[in-house]
Amino acid sequence: MIEVVDVSKTFGDKVVLDGINARFDDSNTSLIIGQSGHGKSVLLKCIVGLIQPDKGKVLYDGRDFISGDDDTKREIRREIGMLFQGNALFDSKDVEGNVMFPLDMLTSMSREEKLERVNFCLKRVGLENVNKRMPSEISGGMQKRVGIARAIVLNPKYLFCDEPNSGLDPLTAIKIDELIGEITDEYKITTIVVTHDMNSVMTIGEYILYIHRGRKLWQGTSQTITDTTSPELQEFIFANRLLRDANNQRAKTS
Amino acid sequence: MYLLSQFGKYCLFIASMFRNREKFGVYVSRILDECMLIGIDSIFIVVIVSTFIGAVTALQTVYNLVSPLIPLTIVGVLVRDTTILELASTVICIVLCGKVGSNIAGGLGTMRITEQIDALEVMGINSASYLVLPKIIAALITFPMLVILASFLSIYGGYLSSTLSGLVTKSDYIYGIRSDFNPGNVRFSLVKSFVFAFLISSISAFQGYYTRGGALEVGQSSTKAVTNSCIAVLLADYLLAQLLL
Ligand SMILES: Nc1ncnc2c1ncn2[C@@H]1O[C@H](COP(=O)(O)OP(=O)(O)OP(=O)(O)O)[C@@H](O)[C@H]1O
Ligand SMILES: [Mg+2]
Repeated sequence: MIEVVDVSKTFGDKVVLDGINARFDDSNTSLIIGQSGHGKSVLLKCIVGLIQPDKGKVLYDGRDFISGDDDTKREIRREIGMLFQGNALFDSKDVEGNVMFPLDMLTSMSREEKLERVNFCLKRVGLENVNKRMPSEISGGMQKRVGIARAIVLNPKYLFCDEPNSGLDPLTAIKIDELIGEITDEYKITTIVVTHDMNSVMTIGEYILYIHRGRKLWQGTSQTITDTTSPELQEFIFANRLLRDANNQRAKTS
Repeated sequence: MYLLSQFGKYCLFIASMFRNREKFGVYVSRILDECMLIGIDSIFIVVIVSTFIGAVTALQTVYNLVSPLIPLTIVGVLVRDTTILELASTVICIVLCGKVGSNIAGGLGTMRITEQIDALEVMGINSASYLVLPKIIAALITFPMLVILASFLSIYGGYLSSTLSGLVTKSDYIYGIRSDFNPGNVRFSLVKSFVFAFLISSISAFQGYYTRGGALEVGQSSTKAVTNSCIAVLLADYLLAQLLL
């Protein structure tokens, strides 16, 4: 379980996050949604410790990640897997090297064990026979999968994904979303996904946090999100005309 | 004020490489990789530049010697001393500023903007230490070797140009480079190459590591890396000449 307590962040005189509180439960896929530039990535980076928030706490199963000592921080880091908005694959390493990298750096497994684990993870994300390809030689969807494989290779307890399906076609996007949902259930991971894709919201969102201008405007589940009375959230959800029409239709018939 | 804060940031950056280091074995393979990139890949340009520098220095010395009273052996002496003292170390290191500096800054800048550095940090790896320390050590290992190579080739280039053009005889040139040899000059040249190696690699890494923005900014940090490390090299050259000569 990850708890975010009153996290705020200001860049210069621009308030990007303003007192965010949230609780992300175990073996749940939680989503952070919101418009572009409203602070979703910054919030995620505060949670994983890439950005130091101005105030507030982030608790990983009760352990303080912001002001905790170095050992606690290192311990928590080992339990985190992250998929970045732009994949962040190391372009000097091939697919196998990328996935093996955390094992090389953080474990003392033998080469065979590592290779076995790498192949298992690659297979889990649906990639086979691409071990020796370079990241630049595979498609965007495959890069995402490699990113996921690298994020789960150390058996993380917490998985973070920043826009896992940006730049993918709708079908591939849904497949990636489903993959993340499955992995979360399978390995009982606490997963947080940042997205602005309503498809993902409806497919994998178990707990949803809506960020508007750096504030938490709404939280709930995918079942209740369409019933919202908040005009900003309504605007966000029904930006897609098809959804809006469907919702109006539903309102009329009921 | 800006300069001062940048300098402070630079010092903190250097210090951060030594906190929370990774396993020793990790560095060994990284250093070897970087030696290839920084050292071996620079051999070609060093060979070309130093041979020509030596050749041109020899020709210009002959051209400037109008008095028949000065023996032509002086060509060898001059080529030897100027290249060892200044040309082979400083000029070659400035060439390396361009090649190695832009390479380091561009590489790290790209890693920064594509979040590869963040990915390392999230895994709990000290990215400055993992990425930059091997580059600096590799530069410290390879630059002195490149400078020795350059000194040798400059003298050889001078030999080629002056003898092939028939202006100086072979024995005069050889006699020249063997007379009044001061080994202290070689030591000075090596000290310079160490200092320059550290300055070039760390300043370029600093510029690249703190790149923010997009592809345009990566280009800008490469340019800044080259200009700043050039200036640092020239300043250090002046200081070292004052202190050690
Ligand atoms: N390092 C930084 N320095 C200054 N400002 C920043 C920094 N990082 C983010 N910001 C600002 O914070 C705001 C929120 O950015 P953020 O990346 O969180 O948006 P986002 O919600 O993830 O948007 P998108 O959906 O487009 O990724 C932006 O206005 C951005 O300019
Ligand atoms: Mg973002």
